[in-house]
Parts: sequence; structure tokens; C-alpha cells
Amino acid sequence: MSKDPVNLLPLNEMHEAHGSKMVPFAGYSMPLQYSLGILGEHLHTRCKAGLFDVSHMGQAWIHGDRAAALLEAIVPGDIQGLREGQSRYSFLMNGFGGITDDLIVTNWGDKLGIVVNASRKHIDFPTIADALAGEATLEVLEDHSLLALQGPYASIVLDRLGCSEADRMPFMSSAISAVGNIPVGLSRCGYTGEDGYELSIPNRSVATVAESIISSDAVKLAGLGARDTLRLEAGLCLYGKDLDEYTSPIEAGLGWTIPRHRRESGDFLGSERVLKDILLGPPKKRVGIFPLGRSPAREGVEIYTEGGDVVGKVTSGGYGPSVGQSIAMGYVASEHSDEGTGILLSIRGKMVEGKVTKIPFHPRHYYF
Amino acid sequence: MSIKYSKDHEWLVIDGNIGTVGISNHAQEELGDIVFVELPQVGDIVGQGDEICVIESVKAASEVLAPCSGRVIEINEVLDSNPQVINQSAEEEGWFYRLEISDFASLSELMDSEAYETFLLAGEE
Repeated sequence: MSKDPVNLLPLNEMHEAHGSKMVPFAGYSMPLQYSLGILGEHLHTRCKAGLFDVSHMGQAWIHGDRAAALLEAIVPGDIQGLREGQSRYSFLMNGFGGITDDLIVTNWGDKLGIVVNASRKHIDFPTIADALAGEATLEVLEDHSLLALQGPYASIVLDRLGCSEADRMPFMSSAISAVGNIPVGLSRCGYTGEDGYELSIPNRSVATVAESIISSDAVKLAGLGARDTLRLEAGLCLYGKDLDEYTSPIEAGLGWTIPRHRRESGDFLGSERVLKDILLGPPKKRVGIFPLGRSPAREGVEIYTEGGDVVGKVTSGGYGPSVGQSIAMGYVASEHSDEGTGILLSIRGKMVEGKVTKIPFHPRHYYF
Repeated sequence: MSIKYSKDHEWLVIDGNIGTVGISNHAQEELGDIVFVELPQVGDIVGQGDEICVIESVKAASEVLAPCSGRVIEINEVLDSNPQVINQSAEEEGWFYRLEISDFASLSELMDSEAYETFLLAGEE
């Protein structure tokens, strides 16, 4: 079998020097874990800080006076209302009211910045370019890396490296800062449920910045494995598992990203289905699940009522290191989505009892 | 008492007609932090190659195959409450179960330590 070409990250050498186990992911060779291991990296991020290389993600700028208005045709969030230095989580929608991708949009003053999933950029970028219809331009940032510094010590670490803005920025805001004399696009956000930042850095300087950050005793490198357990505990969706082309943002419990004026105008792609889901209630809902016992309920496990009817499926699941037990997210028919509902999970042919629970599993610690 | 390994990275220590089974240190390293093990039950009759245990690490679930045929006579109950013993001591304290070996002929397919080392090195290329 021939192998697909795999892109190496600019920090590939640094990862390997720190004992990384590299795995192919979305066309990139990515660190799954380092010598500390997934469990240790997860717990270290929750109590101090973890540095994640997420340079596989797609970064782009959108230039043009009408950029925000044009983007709103396919994004249901309030993009025109973003103040300078503000960031927002939203979706690229398809015509069926399903999700093409989830993304972060930032108002950088003279342009919009977007960050999309690595696995979706080959679809996202042409879709966005189409929506801009020649009236605004999409500039894909192939020459920028993205680092995520996550955890309660993140702001102190950046402050000591001279990012004086870091500590004062509220969650979901962005600023141009510098580490030493290297300019970085700094956003206070992340996907672990902890306070933290994402740093957009030119590829040629990313190694210098990464080395400065990990020279702090509080910081350990953390890989994709820990990123997945952290985001699952925080109840955050992973595109391709918990979100897809068929699932509406309302089913996913992410209706809060669509403000009232956008619901009223309904002027975004897929709004018919989204508005119907809001009005009538969605047919299925994303829920948290506690499987009883230690056996993890992973993606694809079918969910049954206590009476034995199939009512849904697990979309993400595993062991939650900070929760100390097996946790899962999935979709169930709305009438079975109430907290406390008893369910059965079919794990390798055995029925394991479980319970619908609220999300997140681990409290989020954002800085407002 | 000598240790034998299977191509699927289980080990077997034979003492008379009793075999003790676990996963190799190499397998433990590959799996990463182990959080759950599903063991067979005492009295289960297993055939060589049967998927009779499941290991869940923080990464993924994997099946553990039986390295030989026999009847399970004891399981390592410590693994139920503390599966990380496997990460700490895969080839000693992290044993999975003991069985009464029913088919000694099938043991000829297993490798000794040296052959297993060679097998691992070949797999890396």
C-alpha cells in the first residue's frame, strides 16, 4: 500500500528531540504524545501548563471592507459585530443546516483572521473564497505556525517572556504581541477547558518561541492524545466526531453561538433547518454520558433505552484523567436527553449501564 | 521456567502444565497509559489466537489474543482496580491470567526472548 505524502511540521525536530511518538493526522506527522505520556501531559496541563503544536490547523486572513458581511452568508455567528481584537467561535454551514467546519473568527482591525480544522481546510478555503465572490480576498497563511499554551500558568509564563498584554486580555480576545523581538498574534482561547492562549508565529521563528516557552519549569510539551482527553472532559466538540455535515448547531447544543438578530434575519446558509430546530426543538441532542464501571464507551458505541431500543450513538469517549472515570459524548433522541436518564451502552457485545449527564465533565476555567 | 512470546506481543511463562499470560513490555510501551482491562473468567476455555482480553489505554482499545489453548484457572484481580500495574511491570506483576495448557503442540509457534527481540527489530524497519 502506498503511503500518502505526509507534511512535516516546522517543529518536527523539536518534537522528536523530546521523545515524541509521531502519528499521521489530517495529512501531517503530528506528536501524539511525548515521553511523559498522555495521562501525565493531561494532568500537567490542568495544574500548570501544556504547550501544544497545532500548526496543522488552517490559518487565513480575509481582506476587504465587506469581509465580515460576506462571511456571514455562510457563518451564523455575529461577525460584523466583532470589535477589533475580539474573537468568536462559529461554524461554516452547508445548505442542509449541517456543519462544514467549526472555526474561530478574529477581527484584527484591518482584516479578519480565521482558524479552521486541518482535516477540513481543503473544503473550507475554497468554500470561503466562493462566498467572498471576488469582493474580498482570502490569504491562506502557509508560512505561519500555531502554538497553544494551555493551563493556569499560561498567563504567567507569557508575562515573563515579555507579552505584557497577555495577562490583561479577556477570554476570546486577540492582540499583536511579541516574544523577545518576534511578533506573535496572540489570542486568549484554546480547546482544553483551561485558561490559555494560541500564538500565531511565522514558521522561521516558531522554534525560538517554542524553546523559550518550554524553558519554563511550569511548561511541558503535550500532544494530540492529551488534547483529545482535555477537550472531551471540557465537553468541547471535535469536528468529524461530534460535529459533521448532517448535524445542526442546535442539535450539538451550540445554539448560543447564533445571536438573536441572526436568527431573526435568517440570512445564512442552512438557516431553514437551524430555525426549525430552534422553533420545534431538535430531533436529537448532544449529551454527556457516564458509563458505569471502568470500560470506556468509544466513538460508534450504540446507545439503548433501558427497554432495549436504539436511541443514539456515542461520538467521542474514553477515560477522563481529571474526572477519574470513563466519560463520553453522543447524540440521543431528544426525549431521552434529560439529565439522569438511564441508558444502556453496547460495548463489544455487552450491555453496560450508563447515565445521561451534563457537559462539561470537568469545570472550564476561562478568564473573563 | 522460561518466557515465550507470541507475534501479537503476549508473553507466556510455563511451569509444568500451568501457563501465566501477559503482554510484553514492548506492547505496554506502544499502548501507553492503560486505564482498563477486561479479563476472561476463571473456567473459560480458550483457544490459541482467541480474543479473550481487551485493554483500553487512553489512546485506544486493543484485543489481547490467547498465546495458547487451555482453561483459565486464575485471573490477576489487581488489574481491575489498578490497571497501571501493566505499565509499571508488564512482564511480572502485570500478568493477566493463568491457564491449564491443553495443547502443548501449539507452543512451538512461540518465540524465546532472543527471537522476540529480533522480531521487534525487524518490525521497526
